[in-house]
Amino acid sequence: MNNPSERSERYYNLYKENIKRISERSSPYFNSFREAAIDEFNKLGIPTKKNESYRYTNLDTFFNHEYKSYFMPSASDFKKAEEFRCDVTDLDAHGIVLMNGFYPTIKDKMRKLPGGIWIGSMNEAADKFGDQIRKHYNKYINGNSDGLVHLNTAMASDGVFIYIPEGVVLTKPIQIINLVQSDEDIFNQHRSLIVAEKNSDVTVIVCDHTLSPNKFLTNGITEIYVGENAHFEIIRVQNEHNNAGKITHTFMHQERNSYASSNNITLHGGLVRNSTYHFLGGEGAECKSLGLFLADKWQHVDNFVNVDHAFPKCTSNQLFKGVLDDMATGAFNGRIYVHKDAQGTVAYQKNNNILLTDDAKMDTKPQLEIYADDVKCSHGATVGQLNDDALFYLQSRGIEKREARLMLMFGFAHEVIQNIKVEALRDRMDKLVMQRLKGELSRCAFCMVKCG
Amino acid sequence: MLIIKNLKAEINGKAILKGISLEVKAGEIHAIMGPNGSGKSTLAAVLAGRELVTVTEGSVTYFGKNLLEMPPEERSKEGIFLGFQYPIEIPGVSMVNFMKTAVNEHRKYKGLEPLSASDFLKMMREKKELVEIDSKLANRSVNEGFSGGEKKKNEIFQMAMLEPRLAILDETDSGLDIDALRIVANGVNKLKRPDSSAIVITHYQRLLDFIIPDVVHVLYDGRIVKTAGKELALELEEKGYDWIKKEVDKKDLA
Amino acid sequence: MEKEQDKIINDVTSGEYKYGFHSDIETEKISRGLNEDTIRTISGKKNEPEWLLEFRLKAFRHWQTMKMPTWANLKIPDIDYQDIIYYAAPKQKAVNKSLNDIDPELKRTFDKLGIPLEEQKHLSGVAVDAVMDSVSVKTTFRETLAESGIIFCSFSDAVKEYPDLIRRYMGTVVPYTDNFFASLNSAVFSDGSFCYIPKGVRCPMELSTYFRINSANTGQFERTLLIADEEAYVSYMEGCTAPMRDENQLHAAIVEIIAENNAEVKYSTVQNWYPGDKNGKGGIFNFVTKRGLCRGENSKISWTQIETGSAITWKYPSCILRGDNSTGEFYSVAVTNNHQQADTGTKMIHIGKNTRSTIVSKGISAGFSNNSYRGLVKVLKSASGARNFSQCDSLLLSDKCGAHTFPYIEVDNQTAIVEHEATTSKIGEDQIFYCNQRGISTEDAIGLIVNGYAREVLNKLPMEFAVEAQKLLQISLEGSVG
Repeated sequence: MNNPSERSERYYNLYKENIKRISERSSPYFNSFREAAIDEFNKLGIPTKKNESYRYTNLDTFFNHEYKSYFMPSASDFKKAEEFRCDVTDLDAHGIVLMNGFYPTIKDKMRKLPGGIWIGSMNEAADKFGDQIRKHYNKYINGNSDGLVHLNTAMASDGVFIYIPEGVVLTKPIQIINLVQSDEDIFNQHRSLIVAEKNSDVTVIVCDHTLSPNKFLTNGITEIYVGENAHFEIIRVQNEHNNAGKITHTFMHQERNSYASSNNITLHGGLVRNSTYHFLGGEGAECKSLGLFLADKWQHVDNFVNVDHAFPKCTSNQLFKGVLDDMATGAFNGRIYVHKDAQGTVAYQKNNNILLTDDAKMDTKPQLEIYADDVKCSHGATVGQLNDDALFYLQSRGIEKREARLMLMFGFAHEVIQNIKVEALRDRMDKLVMQRLKGELSRCAFCMVKCG
Repeated sequence: MLIIKNLKAEINGKAILKGISLEVKAGEIHAIMGPNGSGKSTLAAVLAGRELVTVTEGSVTYFGKNLLEMPPEERSKEGIFLGFQYPIEIPGVSMVNFMKTAVNEHRKYKGLEPLSASDFLKMMREKKELVEIDSKLANRSVNEGFSGGEKKKNEIFQMAMLEPRLAILDETDSGLDIDALRIVANGVNKLKRPDSSAIVITHYQRLLDFIIPDVVHVLYDGRIVKTAGKELALELEEKGYDWIKKEVDKKDLA
Repeated sequence: MEKEQDKIINDVTSGEYKYGFHSDIETEKISRGLNEDTIRTISGKKNEPEWLLEFRLKAFRHWQTMKMPTWANLKIPDIDYQDIIYYAAPKQKAVNKSLNDIDPELKRTFDKLGIPLEEQKHLSGVAVDAVMDSVSVKTTFRETLAESGIIFCSFSDAVKEYPDLIRRYMGTVVPYTDNFFASLNSAVFSDGSFCYIPKGVRCPMELSTYFRINSANTGQFERTLLIADEEAYVSYMEGCTAPMRDENQLHAAIVEIIAENNAEVKYSTVQNWYPGDKNGKGGIFNFVTKRGLCRGENSKISWTQIETGSAITWKYPSCILRGDNSTGEFYSVAVTNNHQQADTGTKMIHIGKNTRSTIVSKGISAGFSNNSYRGLVKVLKSASGARNFSQCDSLLLSDKCGAHTFPYIEVDNQTAIVEHEATTSKIGEDQIFYCNQRGISTEDAIGLIVNGYAREVLNKLPMEFAVEAQKLLQISLEGSVG
């Protein structure tokens, strides 16, 4: 029953069994996309290693599992969400919590922040912000060849909606906490949309946590619209247990002269796949795509990045790093695509990885596809050990080899972390990375799960 | 303090040092000069404990101890400082964290308590002034994005922080303009204590206008072929290395 | 300034193909189409032993189950494999190829290509196997080489004279099941070169094979097998041209190299098949499988290729580094102009300990062409201390062309160090200006810069080839180099 097509069919059956319940509780607008999306999913199926973009990631252990339920929340489920407190105590942020992909029903479904910013339930927004939803929902994933994207469109019914009006600058970050908790093994999907209008400036932090030791699989999409001249940053911190599978798809559409950055920090998780799509959709847009992962045991982390230079004079910068211990495996799939008339493009891509054991494995595939001539593009990828010269330099100053190695590894990771502008979070990440490198358990927050 | 006897060493099976003997006494400054490829940097690397170089024969005694048995960090803590010819960039590792770790390792070795953050910063400030290093440099990653001159000044700054008994400066003058050269040389002179020594490796004599050596050695083809006072440096400046090469080659023939 | 530059680029890249003539040579052809009978016919014409026919038939049956690969970044029109002539040979009087027996027109053809078949006329120090369409016409210096125990002859002769060597090695590096084109070749291959360098022998001269397609509607499927026994060394060169025709012609070759302990093989190619005209009409489809096996310890295989021709190139000369301390190298310059397409690169498979590989690829795209580098560096768990460095640069000379880089890096050993770097950029206007300021015309400046850009690879070629390759680069970009 676990051959690829039967497996895909199982998810189709899940759709058939649940679609009535899902539709009843969802906005008609979202429902209007479901049929076409499930057709598309049936065509594409659950990705296998035969899909070029999943060449190095095996989804079997998570997708072959029978999940007990496709989660639909009830009021009591949100109690935990209410009680949850982020342990980054000095992080001053506007926080919201998602439980298993749903926005809690206990409080108001939409909250207003300073400057007229709205945050709240995606499903609720379909009514209150119909115009925005119609303008942006499902607009930036066109033609995507990943079946999981379409599976999400077919079934997801809630998530976070954030609307930042024109010219609004929010100094405090917005923090979305994604919790997964259940006594049963569950598969859940959520769908978020962030609209940052012209000249706005905002930072969003997303934290992924699992609160019970059951097997979980999450398939989430975040669509982001960054208006002209806007400044947008998103930082994703993933800290889930070894029995959790996390698949995220982030679609970032940028207008002219905007700046956007995405930073995926993966500290822990059984299987993690982050797909980040950057579309530079106007002259002078700039984006940064960053990622860091630390993997051990049997963990697998895959970062897939696509940067589309569709207009002239855009700049992009990718930096992804990985540290692999034990039997961990990792993959990087990065692509810079420069369209025919995107003259004046500057695009860089860097992927560096360190293997700490003989059983760890890293596959990397940095790619350039360039159809314009006035470009400056480069990429570099390395897989290896710590630099011997650097190690000697530190030792020659009296630092012991073990300590020197640790410093170099920390420095290696810090190159990604230093890009986080929110100081409390940056310090916290440094600390967690250091603990992790020292082999101390880096449990986050209320994590009840001993990953051991 | 340092006695090198008949030292022979190779890199990847290729003999580079072919029998070097040298003694440095407390308080002395030795200059080692020589044409490119003569083995100057290899000698520095052997003294600092670079694994790339394999010692095949000879001994190095430092304050009565066998230096060649010590790992690089122990040599450092024993007071040997190598000023690198090409200091490596280490992205992500901040200068402050790097130096704090190093200074405290040195202190631990001497049985001292680690410095408090404020004392450490005070020390950094003082030493920075001493070597006229831009205070911003200290906030960056180790050597990352530094110009050639900044990297060399940073080496002298680290030397000031670690207060070595034996400083080995490997072509610290290369790539420096005259102002930077003066700053580096002044730094070295200020840091010189009556009982500390230095080995200054250089290709040109101009650094020796600022750092006056007690002894000048000429290294050629892995051997010390001439040893004299500081006037030897001037002679080399005037006549180049060719005459020495000829002299040595003639001897080899005979 | 920019306009003028464009014009010059255009002039430089629209250079004419110099080897596009067709020779009127009496040729024996079989009829179009491909089935088991075709294969029996080819095998029969060559008086092949039964085991070779069996090999061909097995390959053919396997090929029938396969589909054309579609993963390359190429637009390949449908190829009707039944519309191709699989065997065409210049008619010759005698079986024993003394020079006097060769058709004078044939000799003239090779003279015109700069490949004289008379040994005395030839560049000293280069032995040539000249292949026209499906057969080897003449191998020079056979006897001279035989004195040091070196075997250098056509593949067909080798099948007759050294069947044991052929049986032992053929298909061991590129099995007949390897890929679509390799299977096709294994079924229908006509001729090619065979070379064996015995233990401890350094081949005293450059060996080379010159491939010429002459007949219309034919495909060329040659097969080369090169064996360097322990401590042996050989430098091997390969060149190729074809007449200008409006139809596409298929070339699907196989090259297998085996290097035993301490052996070294250098394989250089200057590929100048007819690339098609300015509008993309005609040209050769060049689908080639080249692979070397460093079987012995400390062995080394080095590929150097200058790719200027063919309408479509699909080619990945690779090294399997099985012996401990073995070394693989790949140096490539690929130029595409007008409507040419190239998807080329290499695979370095590290199996043995302390294996080393180096990849230097320089892509130059002009006109409406598309030029892709595709490479795989794979370090197996067994390959402790493996080291790879790859540098893949692309130079763009027009705003209508494309330059792409698809490296795959798979590392399964912590002591390995794998580094890949790539850059893509336009030809530097400040460099051109610098040359202009020194009195060098833009056209010359572009030539200089492109040659400088490719220098690292050109330097790896044997002298005899380097000069030719340099000229070829310039010609290929005539009318297009900007």
